Amino acid sequence: MEAVALPVPGVVEVPQTGPVVSAQALTRRYGEGETAVDALGGVSLDVTRGRLTAVMGPSGSGKSTLMHILAGLDKPTSGEVTIAGTSIGELNDTNLTKLRREHIGFIFQFFNLLPMLTARENVVLPLSIAGEKPDQAWVAELMKRIGLESRSTHRPSELSGGQQQRVAIGRALISRPTIVFADEPTGNLDSKTSGEILELLRSSVDTYKQTTVMVTHDPRAAAIADRVLFLADGLIVRDLGRSDAHEVISVMEELAQ
Amino acid sequence: MIGVALKGLLGRKLRTLLTALAIVLGVSMISGTYVLTDTITKSYTSIVDDSFVNSDAVISGKVAYKNNNSDTAGAPAFPAAVLAKVKQLPDVAAAAGTIADQAKLIGRDGKVISTADGSPIAVSVDRRNDLRFTPLKLSSGQWPVGSRQIAIDKRTADTKHYAVGDTIGLAADEGVRRFRITGVATFGSSSSVGASTIAVFDLPTAQHLFNKVGKFDGIQVAAKNGVTPEKLVSEIRPLLPPTAKVKTAEAQTKESVDDVKSAIGIFQKVLLGFGILALFVGAFVIANTLSITIAQRVREFATLRTIGSSRRQVLRSVMLEALVVGLVASLLGLFLGLGIAKGLNALFSAVGVQFPKGDTVFAARTIIVSIVVGVGVTLVASLRPAIKATRVPPIAAVREGATLPVSRLSRFGPIVSILTLAVGILLLVYGIFGSGLTIATRLVALGFGTLILFVGVSLNAKRAVRPLASVLGWPGAHFGGTAGTLARENAMRNPSRTAATASALMIGLALITFVAILGAGLRSSFGDAVNKLFVADYAVTAENGFDPFTSHTDAAVAKAAGVTAVSGIRGGDARVFGKNTQVTAVPPNLAKTVRIDWSKGSVSVPSQLGRDGAFVDKDYAKDHHLLIGSPIAVETPTAKVLHLRLKGIFDPPKGGSPFGTVTMSTATFDANYPKPRNFMTLINIRGGVTDANTARLDASLGAFPDAKIQTASQFKKNQENDINLTLNVLYGLLGLSVIISLFGVVNTLVLSVFERTREIGMLRAVGMTRRDVRRMIRHESIVTALIGGALGIAVGVFLAVLTTQALSDEGIVLAIPWRTIAVFVIGTILAGMLAAVLPARRASRLNVLEALQYE
Ligand SMILES: Nc1ncnc2c1ncn2[C@@H]1O[C@H](COP(=O)(O)OP(=O)(O)O)[C@@H](O)[C@H]1O
Ligand SMILES: [Mg+2]
Repeated sequence: MEAVALPVPGVVEVPQTGPVVSAQALTRRYGEGETAVDALGGVSLDVTRGRLTAVMGPSGSGKSTLMHILAGLDKPTSGEVTIAGTSIGELNDTNLTKLRREHIGFIFQFFNLLPMLTARENVVLPLSIAGEKPDQAWVAELMKRIGLESRSTHRPSELSGGQQQRVAIGRALISRPTIVFADEPTGNLDSKTSGEILELLRSSVDTYKQTTVMVTHDPRAAAIADRVLFLADGLIVRDLGRSDAHEVISVMEELAQ
Repeated sequence: MIGVALKGLLGRKLRTLLTALAIVLGVSMISGTYVLTDTITKSYTSIVDDSFVNSDAVISGKVAYKNNNSDTAGAPAFPAAVLAKVKQLPDVAAAAGTIADQAKLIGRDGKVISTADGSPIAVSVDRRNDLRFTPLKLSSGQWPVGSRQIAIDKRTADTKHYAVGDTIGLAADEGVRRFRITGVATFGSSSSVGASTIAVFDLPTAQHLFNKVGKFDGIQVAAKNGVTPEKLVSEIRPLLPPTAKVKTAEAQTKESVDDVKSAIGIFQKVLLGFGILALFVGAFVIANTLSITIAQRVREFATLRTIGSSRRQVLRSVMLEALVVGLVASLLGLFLGLGIAKGLNALFSAVGVQFPKGDTVFAARTIIVSIVVGVGVTLVASLRPAIKATRVPPIAAVREGATLPVSRLSRFGPIVSILTLAVGILLLVYGIFGSGLTIATRLVALGFGTLILFVGVSLNAKRAVRPLASVLGWPGAHFGGTAGTLARENAMRNPSRTAATASALMIGLALITFVAILGAGLRSSFGDAVNKLFVADYAVTAENGFDPFTSHTDAAVAKAAGVTAVSGIRGGDARVFGKNTQVTAVPPNLAKTVRIDWSKGSVSVPSQLGRDGAFVDKDYAKDHHLLIGSPIAVETPTAKVLHLRLKGIFDPPKGGSPFGTVTMSTATFDANYPKPRNFMTLINIRGGVTDANTARLDASLGAFPDAKIQTASQFKKNQENDINLTLNVLYGLLGLSVIISLFGVVNTLVLSVFERTREIGMLRAVGMTRRDVRRMIRHESIVTALIGGALGIAVGVFLAVLTTQALSDEGIVLAIPWRTIAVFVIGTILAGMLAAVLPARRASRLNVLEALQYE
């Protein structure tokens, strides 16, 4: 299919070390004048390669806003984001599209699968959009990993919520992106299913060294991360390493005061 | 990506189907038009093809000029002496002369055997001569010989149960004559051809019957072996008198075929116009349906964008969907066209226009045009929604309730809308009032003006939706309870959607209103004219009201007791001042039956026309700078030139007069036109209109079954009926556009119901009954339809006012038929209810629980 014709200026081979995504002094203001809301008040961070980073914080603290900006879905009011060595502030739509194809995978709270495609078709969709031939062995392995080999011809409406999110994870991983962003991936699932999804995410980081950023307000989710960033009122207020759920909860309570 | 687009279509079957329907119907009108007109052409040309069997050259009478608007002109017969000379040519193998005319057969009931499917042909076959030239074949009996014998066509024989040995009547000029049937014949390959009836006589009988003694209408010539038709023609040509011409059979066939084709071509263009209109309305419906569907698929497009789709891929996938929908719809429409052709045929035969029956022709051109036009319209209509889809930002994938972003150009919206409206109106005004325009320019200006006006109104309609909905929805909101109130709110909540839906309906209704108003104007000015002109008690016309009929009726009626005046008005073709036109002829007693306002001359003008007098109307005199005494040269179809002098100028009433451009005396006309015929006879009788007088006059016409006696008011009504029939045909043709726009209403409602699933579930959960839900949807549909109706009627009135203004000189007055318009409004309400049936049922059947969980 279609290959985006323009070369991306400044896209270089991803360095094997150092940050995959980095942000400097990000601010984001919604609206103007009296009613303006500062969702981000100056956030800088580096996302570590091959690790699972969780972004925690109470509702309205700016987690989603941060993720959207890191992923190039939204533009910061000020500050700069670099993905795989490319500063994305200046990219036009075509180059952003190309960047997304090569470097970014998404997992959504509401799955966002295409209802008319089967599970397998949904998984390989990013490749067919990019006009690439799927590597059959890789697809087979991925279907097995997300546990849907036997349901690969089912449509989303014939799958449970957890299964749908597994398809979405497969879709995010299929192109072996530089980074996967997940916004509240368990936000729409019951706690048992949530646990399974979190395990799947964790294992993809362990097995494939898949750099992943996950936004969540669920302490259990944060507990599987290699690093937990705490956001409050648009600022990073704490940066922890691996923590268990209790530690996360106590930080949350502390921040709530 | 292609797969994604196609699977998406399959996944949204109902929506896809609804989108496609508009195009299916539009294309079917185009394809139906071609199928019908091709079929008619084919059946006529096959008659022509069969007509010159075994002939290499054909000699026929020469018309002085070609007149394509009537059959009174038929080529005149030429002297029979030519045949002997032609036969002496060394290259001629055989030659035979024939008479070909028209005469109606009279059945056992004394009535004309229906001639509705074509002309009542009368021909000569000379069995003592060479039979190789006749396209007719005997299926039983013998060819007729002598003045009392006839052969008829097999279809008439079969359907009217006539057999060899029976007696049948024929409407000859002097009255009904009876003949004994000696044979039954078929024409060429088919038994019926386009003619409804065929009457066959021997040559002398035919010459006598049709006043052509010593003459022929045609001579067919076969060449000896090895002689080319061209050579034969060049040998024959020097032998001909100036009133005859010769052509190769091939050229003659082609000429006849071309005549048929050009006549049908006009008919075809008119029907295609209605097809284009239907597609135009279809384009509105498609554009609207697609923009709603795309608005509902924002998250899908955004998701595709986040996983790597470029804008161009989104555009392509939407256009690909459109292409597939357009293609499938066009194919369906193409075949539905076969049904539409039948429907059109039925529509026309319902108003008395019969086409010859023949094998249905489904030409390659029909297929190509239907598909190209159908796909083209779909693609064009989809472009704007598709471009909107490309503007969906990836972030919409994660935003709850994301909507389409507004275009950067949208702030120019109001200006563009007003400008479009203005351009449409200006083009219309230019087309109507602009002076010195050619017909083509005028039509183009009017056509585009109207279409642009429609687009302009629809662009501005958005702003009219709220006020209109609050007024038109008032009864529902007032008496319909919560359902009615919600319905009104729903109609108002997305004004551009309601406006677009209503606009499609507006187009059809505007044109229907326009036609109704013009029709009413025509009717009323025609009625006024009849009231003003007619001082006669009775009128005679042909059975169908417009065919010319034999002038021998005049003498027959005059013999009825009490008749004080009979004025037969004759008509014929002529060329005057270089233009083909119709002339009329009147008897000296005209003043007794017709009241004319003379602006030059007096009531005695008709009685003083004499051998060279003429009168014309005021405008004609002005246009040609004619004064009393001015010479007028009238050229007859037989190339005679009559030098007339102007004796009077009259002022016709607005609704027109029964007179042609030039009117002469009956005496002059009869002396120069080979077969004088009346198209109207006016009668005064002692005692005026009474049942006894009617019966007496009716009896006096006993020998002329084709002539019909009627009182002045019946005459008026009969003529008005013709106008009404024409109106009904137009309503029928415009009806398709209205149906398409109703599908638009269905689409919008189905899609809105789909969108409001959760909301409807909530309403049901808090206690709304299924009936209430249905009522709510129905009311919304009615409000939308009424908005379309209100806009349409307003635009229709506007167009009609403009047109009558321009045509006021032609005698069309502005008469608003309030009752008809009230019927349209009621029709609109019913249509709205009908359009709501499916969406309302879907809405009321939603499962409350599922609706609430619906994501
Ligand atoms: N599109 C938007 N328009 C206006 N305000 C917004 C928008 N998106 C988010 N906000 C505001 O920005 C702040 C941060 O929101 P968000 O990033 O969604 O927080 P979180 O994901 O942590 O709940 C909140 O106050 C929210 O109301
Ligand atoms: Mg959030």
